[in-house]
Amino acid sequence: MSYTPQMHQSLRKVESTRQARLHEAFPMMEPWDKRTILEKYHPDYKAESMREIRVGVSRGQRMPLELADVIEGASHLTSDTLDLAQVDYDTDVLVIGGGGAGSSAALLARENGAEAIIANKLRHGDANTIMAQGGIQAADKPGDSPAIHYLDVMGGGHFANHPDLVEVLVKDAPLVITWLEDLGCMFDKEPDGTLKTIHGGGTSRKRMHSARDYTGAEIMRTLRDEVRSYPHEITVLEFAPAIELIMDNKGQVAGAVLLNIETGEHLVVRANCTVLATGGGGRLHYQGFATTNHYGATGDGLVLAYRVGADLAFTDTMQYHPTGAAYPEQIVGLLVTEKARGLGAQVCNIDGDQFVYPRETRDVEASAIIRECVERGKGVATPSGRVGVWLDSPMIDIIHGSGTIAKALPAMVRQFGRFDIDIAKDPMLVYPTLHYQNGGISLRPDGSTGVPGLFAAGEISGGVHGRNRLMGNSLLEITVFGRRAGEAAALQSQEVQLGKLTLTHVDRWRQELDEVGIENPVNSPILLPDYRRELR
Amino acid sequence: MTEDLVSIFIMGKRHVVPSGLTIMSAMEHAGYRLIRGAGCRGGFCGACATVYRVPGDYRLQIGLACQTVIQPEMHLAQIPFYPGHRADYSLDDLQPTFEAVVTTYPELLRCLSCGTCTKACPQDIDVKQYMAEAMRGDIAAVADRSFDCIMCGLCVSRCPAEEVQSNIAILCRRLYGKYLAPGAEHLAKRVLEIEEGMFDDDLASMKSLGEEELRRMYDERDIEPE
Repeated sequence: MSYTPQMHQSLRKVESTRQARLHEAFPMMEPWDKRTILEKYHPDYKAESMREIRVGVSRGQRMPLELADVIEGASHLTSDTLDLAQVDYDTDVLVIGGGGAGSSAALLARENGAEAIIANKLRHGDANTIMAQGGIQAADKPGDSPAIHYLDVMGGGHFANHPDLVEVLVKDAPLVITWLEDLGCMFDKEPDGTLKTIHGGGTSRKRMHSARDYTGAEIMRTLRDEVRSYPHEITVLEFAPAIELIMDNKGQVAGAVLLNIETGEHLVVRANCTVLATGGGGRLHYQGFATTNHYGATGDGLVLAYRVGADLAFTDTMQYHPTGAAYPEQIVGLLVTEKARGLGAQVCNIDGDQFVYPRETRDVEASAIIRECVERGKGVATPSGRVGVWLDSPMIDIIHGSGTIAKALPAMVRQFGRFDIDIAKDPMLVYPTLHYQNGGISLRPDGSTGVPGLFAAGEISGGVHGRNRLMGNSLLEITVFGRRAGEAAALQSQEVQLGKLTLTHVDRWRQELDEVGIENPVNSPILLPDYRRELR
Repeated sequence: MTEDLVSIFIMGKRHVVPSGLTIMSAMEHAGYRLIRGAGCRGGFCGACATVYRVPGDYRLQIGLACQTVIQPEMHLAQIPFYPGHRADYSLDDLQPTFEAVVTTYPELLRCLSCGTCTKACPQDIDVKQYMAEAMRGDIAAVADRSFDCIMCGLCVSRCPAEEVQSNIAILCRRLYGKYLAPGAEHLAKRVLEIEEGMFDDDLASMKSLGEEELRRMYDERDIEPE
C-alpha cells in the first residue's frame, strides 16, 4: 500500500529540495492576497453551494445546500405522537451530546448543585473532541497575554467574531488548562513542569498545548472518566439521540424527546434547563467533501434549536482543514494534524517546491493548496483520481532531532504505518477536508441562547470564531463554554417553574414549511449518514 | 470499470465486496447500516473493535474495523459492547500510590503476565508491561506506556485473569497528571494574574477598537520566532 512509482518520482524531488528548504522561509501572504485567494478558491465562496433558508427566525440566512435541506426538514414527530405526561426521566439539566462540551457542562452542572442527564447519540465520548489531535491554546507563558490571544482570534476570524465571546475564551483559557490538569490530563511538559507550547496557524505566540497528538482523546477520556465518578448525579444515556426539543406552555425549553436508536422507542426527558452540545455537521458532506468528523456529526442540534426559535450565525462558513489525508484511499479525508506544520513540516508541490507559508490560517492555507492543485496543476495524482500535495514530515526529525516524530505524533505514525507509510522517512499526501462548522447557534458569554431554558456550547455555537477558527481554539471553546453553559444552566434550573409540556411548536413548524411551499421535506435530524451501497 | 472483488464472511454470512476496503466500509458496502461499532471512523475512539480469522489459521486476530483492510475469505465479527468494570472512585479521594491503585482494582494482582493483552492491542501497546509496572506501583511508567490507549477494550475481552487493563491505565494516567507531573509555575502565575484582573483593561481597550484599528494592529503584530 506504500506509494506508487509515479509518487516516488515526485518524492525524490521533495527529498532533493529538502536540505535547501530547511533554510528557506516562504513568506506569509499579504492581507490583500489572502482576501483574493479566499474569494477565488475557498469552498465557502462557491456561490452555487449555498442557498438562503426560507423559514424560521433566521430566514434569508445563507448556508450550504445540504445543511439548508435538514434545517428546512420536517420533524419525526407531531404534537400528538406522544403523551408528554408520561415522563421517563426528570432532571434539572439535560445535556444533549456527550463530547467535550457536553461532558464539561454536565460536570459543572453537578458542581453547582444540579442533577444532570447526558444524552448521547452513540457512546459517551463519540465526538469530534476525541479526534482532535494538535492542541489547545492558552496564553499562559511570559511574553504572551490574553489580549494577544484575543488579537490572534479576531484576525483569524476576519474580525467578524463576537468580542464578548472572544474575551471570555481567551481569559478562561489558562483556567481551563488548570482545571484539566486537576482532573488528571497529561499535557506535554518539560522536566521542570513548564508546559511545552508550539505555534499553530495564525498564532503570534507559541501557545499550543498538546498531549502528544492525542490531545482531544486525552481530554475526552479524562472528562468521561470524571463523569463516571458521579453515577448518582450524572446519568449517562447512550444510543439515545434527541429528535425534538420539548417546550412548555410558557415558551420555555423543557427537555427533549430521545429516540432509543436500537429499538425505536421514544423517551420523554423533562428538564428545567437544556444544554445543546451536539457539535457540527461534517457528515452532511458539504459539496461532496470527505470529512474528518465522527460518524454522528449530522448537525442535529442546529435543526432542533432552530425549530424552537434560536438564532443562527455564520452558517455560511465552514472550515476545510488544509491537510486531510489524500492517500491511501482507506483514510482519505482523515485529519493530519496541524501540529505537523507547527513542528516545522512544510507543504510542497509535485516538484518539491514550497508554494505557501506553512502556518497561514486554515482558510488561507486550504485555499492555497486548492489553487496549487486545481489552477496550477502542481498536485500529485493518486491511483483513484484524487490529487494532493506533500506535507514534508521528515523535516521534523531533522529540525528537532531524531525520534521527535515518534514521540510527538504517535497517532499519525500509527495511522500511516498501518498502510506501510513511514512518516519519519516519507512525507504524507494531503488535500483539504471538511473539518469544522465555524458558525451555529448565536451564543451569549454565559452559554445561554435567546430561547428561555436553552443553552449551548461547543461546535454547535456561532460567534466566537467569526468566519474562521484557529487551531487549538476548539478544544478550548468546548471546555470554556461547556463549563459556562453547565454552570449557568444549573443555577437557572433551580429557579425555573415548568408549565405543561408541549410539542405544538412542531405543528407550527410544519405549517410554516407548508406555507412557503416546501414539498417533501426530509425528516430531520437525520441522526446518521447512510453509507450503504444501494441495495437492489 | 471492473472492480476487483473478494468474498468475506460477516458474522458467518458470505458477502462479495471490492478489495481494498476497510472492514467498516466493507460492512456498509454489504448493506449494514452501522449503529454500534462505528464512532470516529479514524482510529481514535475504539468503537469498532473487531475480531477476525483468516483461512488456514486457527488463531483469532484483532483490529479496528475503520483501520483494517479486508482479506479474502476472512471471517469477522465486531464487539459492539463489553461490560468491563470501572471501579467507583473519585480522583480527589485517592493518593498516587500503589495502595490506591490496588485498593481500587484489587484484581490487578491476578495478572498472569501471559501477554494475551499485548497481542490483542490494535495500538501495539505493550499492555502486559504496563500491567507489570502497575503491580510494581510505578504509576508514572504506566501513564507513559499506556498513553496511546483508545480504550477499545480488546485487551479486556481476551484477558484470562479478567482484568480491565484500560481502566487501570486511565486511573494511573489521571493520578500521574493530577499528583505526580511537575507543576507549571508559569500557568499558576497566569491564573493568579487573571483572577486579579490584570488583563481586564487591556482586553477592554482592545474590545473598544474599531475594525480598522484592530486590523492594523493585527497586520503589524510581531510573531514569536521559532
